[in-house]
Amino acid sequence: MKIDRRSFLSFVIGGAAGTALTPLPWKLTDDISIWSQNWPWTPVPQKGETTDVQSTCTLCPGGCGISVRRVGDRVVKIEGVDGHPVNDGGVCMLGVSGTQLLYGPTRVQTPQKKVNGKWRSISWDTALAEVVDTLGELRSNGQSHSLACICDSDRGTVPELLNRFLTVFGSPNFIRTPSIQDNYELALYLTQGVRAMPGFDIQDSDFILSFGSGLIEGWGSPVYMFRSNSALKEKGGRLDQIEPRLSKTAAKSDKWVAVKPGSEGALALGLANVIINEGLFDRDFVENHTAGFAEYKKLVADGFSPAVVSKMTGLDVAVIAALARDFAGARKPLAICGRGAGTSPGSLQDFLAVHVLNALVGSINRTGGMVAVPEPDYINWPDVEMDAVAAKGMQQPRVDGAGSGKYKSTRYLLNRLPEILNSGQDSPVQVLFVAGANPRYSMADTEAVAKAFDKIPLVVSFSSYMDETAASADLILPNHVFLERYEDVPYARGLPRPYIGLAQPVVEPLYDTRHTGDVIIELAQKVGGTVAEAFAWESYDACLEESLGDRWDTLVEEGFWVDAEFSASAQTQEFETDSSKFEFSNSDINALPVYHSVRLAGDESFYPLLLVPYDTMRLASGYIGSPPFLVKSLEDTILKGNDVLVEVNPETAKKLGLSDRKYVTLTTPRGKAKVKIYLFDGIMPGVIAIPRELGHTAFDKFLAGKGVNYNTLSEPLEDAATGLDAAWGIRAKLSKA
Amino acid sequence: MSTEDKANEISAGAQDQESITPPTDPEQTAPGKGAGGPITLFFILGLVASLVLGWVIFPQLLYSKKEQPIQFNHVLHNELVDDGCESCHFFREDGTYSGVPKLAQCIDCHEEVQGESEEEAKFVNQYVIKEREVPWLVYSRQPDHVFFSHVAHVKTGQMDCVTCHGDVGESESLKPYEANRISGYSRDIWGENIAGIKFNSWDRMKMDDCSECHVRNNVNQGSVQTLRGGCFVCHK
Repeated sequence: MKIDRRSFLSFVIGGAAGTALTPLPWKLTDDISIWSQNWPWTPVPQKGETTDVQSTCTLCPGGCGISVRRVGDRVVKIEGVDGHPVNDGGVCMLGVSGTQLLYGPTRVQTPQKKVNGKWRSISWDTALAEVVDTLGELRSNGQSHSLACICDSDRGTVPELLNRFLTVFGSPNFIRTPSIQDNYELALYLTQGVRAMPGFDIQDSDFILSFGSGLIEGWGSPVYMFRSNSALKEKGGRLDQIEPRLSKTAAKSDKWVAVKPGSEGALALGLANVIINEGLFDRDFVENHTAGFAEYKKLVADGFSPAVVSKMTGLDVAVIAALARDFAGARKPLAICGRGAGTSPGSLQDFLAVHVLNALVGSINRTGGMVAVPEPDYINWPDVEMDAVAAKGMQQPRVDGAGSGKYKSTRYLLNRLPEILNSGQDSPVQVLFVAGANPRYSMADTEAVAKAFDKIPLVVSFSSYMDETAASADLILPNHVFLERYEDVPYARGLPRPYIGLAQPVVEPLYDTRHTGDVIIELAQKVGGTVAEAFAWESYDACLEESLGDRWDTLVEEGFWVDAEFSASAQTQEFETDSSKFEFSNSDINALPVYHSVRLAGDESFYPLLLVPYDTMRLASGYIGSPPFLVKSLEDTILKGNDVLVEVNPETAKKLGLSDRKYVTLTTPRGKAKVKIYLFDGIMPGVIAIPRELGHTAFDKFLAGKGVNYNTLSEPLEDAATGLDAAWGIRAKLSKA
Repeated sequence: MSTEDKANEISAGAQDQESITPPTDPEQTAPGKGAGGPITLFFILGLVASLVLGWVIFPQLLYSKKEQPIQFNHVLHNELVDDGCESCHFFREDGTYSGVPKLAQCIDCHEEVQGESEEEAKFVNQYVIKEREVPWLVYSRQPDHVFFSHVAHVKTGQMDCVTCHGDVGESESLKPYEANRISGYSRDIWGENIAGIKFNSWDRMKMDDCSECHVRNNVNQGSVQTLRGGCFVCHK
């Protein structure tokens, strides 16, 4: 028998036939398909018991209640809490993405020290000893006031602990990061004599006149404002948006009024002119509860007639008059201001003009109006006892110039710090603590800020993430992230009633991090003396529980406490000013420089365009870097690949010979960037817009290198009235790349 | 067309081909008759070899055998508890199913060695004292893309555990766990029989077995999300 090719073929065919008669092919197909569904890189939620933990989101000052779902020990989902006074079941994109901030790759996992430009992991003991040594030197040299701290808030236990540490150490230089909150608080202080927070009863209003505020783009407490906006619409209320750009809020408004950028305050004064002239103001409120009306009347009559304002704003006289009549004619009108998400303070005169407009129509301390929300009252720690060093240090003027001289009413002036640091030979700040802030990214004129910070011998970051400030710091003492720690949330930005939220740990800390509160207490105890005496708490948690007192149990159980009795209408019309009235004008207000539109930096002939930043809910504002969920969700009119798009009106583009989605060079007096053009009819000719919160250089590969940071192109503009950064944009030009 | 029909057709096709091929090859046709002999023989050899491979060798190669970490006696435990299977395999308050008991439950009784069983001593010494979870090998673990709710079947549908899991409760020891080397899942999902032939409802746990019962009992075939039948009933 010969085994030849035919025999072989026959064997193979027989084999094939036989194989087809076995389950082998079918079973293999089935197994391989299942195998392909279980590749190790496919994320699979772990199995286990499902539990929900009530907490409060601290990713922005919104104060939303969150319900965090865990399977076993793993956080799998974050949802809004139904019935919560702030968000009632709602949650924003950033809040949902909190899991990525917990498990993401950008966390600082142990204390880090920079040695020859490289990070080295060190133990907590070594890290704290290093800080304590340097602090000890400051005190023995009588330089205690050269310690400064930048923090995102000045309320709540952690900021108060930091502030207390500085005080008892001997430094007045606690600095809060700037926002519209600064100007709103000043407006309340100057007109109503009260240090309080602004609250807006938008859902009970029937006419919201928004001077550029991004009601659905992160202004105030974002989810609360979404809900308020919906409630307003459902009740048949109206929202008019005054803005040079068709923002999402403008697109969803009942009327979009495009004014020349920077002239919003002038428009508010122009509206007041019409309202007073036509006798449309709330006579009862103005006559019984206000003072200084005559001077105010004269101011708007002299300088802000519709004809003048028409020229300033670019609106027709008839449009201004109609807007004034509609506003004053509404039952419960309310004017709000602060551009976009409100991250940049703006000009006090704009805020005063808008705030006073509310007084004119009687929308102060009433339902559907604006209300001064009292400061949180639960932190009543024993007064600190200062030793001689501390007392001497506290006598020194603040390094940023706030609270004295021409800026006596302003509390914090972070924006002035870079110039002050850069102007001298030696930095007046020797040690800087940064907690809950990322100034190297978020402050205007990044280059100058970097230069200033580099002059500080020791920068200590308390960041949980490798953000820009942490990356350039000398020491990082990483905090737990919000899902790993207790912390009080002392208010919800813009909520018209006192509120306290409690963030509770949902998981055990994943890494070798420590609560910033605990670190401060430990630092104080290591510094010793009166500093240690001022921090007699065993731990941060003990301090928090003691501070919250009777409310602790409610907070642990419900996650929040709200003053149910408090309502806008129940507030007295007696104000805390000298006259006990709402003051349209007084000596402090009159001492302010006269109103003028903020003129931007840059020569008009060389920089013919106005560049304005805008905010989007799809990017985190503040010190939190946007997690990948957010960046992935960006429209390709904001970010395409790694290129940011700049909104340009087709008319402007035609004049400059630029076409859609093409590269151009964007130049401002401060910097240059390669960007793409997005032709957009919703932007005013001559104005161009760029999104904020892109162009990070730190964090992870999902965020770094995407787009351009507006702050690298901008520069601060000191408001003559407050010292705060009043810039709303910068002059710019576009040229073919 | 069933699997076997298809296979038959293929082999019939192969035979057809063979009957046509001889005249085209002059070398083979030359010696006259008898040329078909070795060809048929080789065909049969191939056929038999592949059948042996597919039915006997393949199943043995496909599965690896592993013993459970502890030999657990269901009968013994069943006699001591009041609530049958649910005493240990219970439903949580929210309706989710706890599955294989965790160490925390076992510790209630087995904090110390109770009896004389070697397996129990091993369990206490290696797991209870060291506070380690027992890495039980779960025979009925389904792939992750399968959404299966125990509470819907046991509580709402009033089904017995036995219907799907067989008489596990009457076993005195645990059989070796056979893991599919390709997919990683237990042999019990496809079924002991490599051809997928089953005699009892618990012999196989594939998708067809779910739908067979659902169709037979005329269970609502719509998914909660889409209110329509099909994929989303079980694949969320």
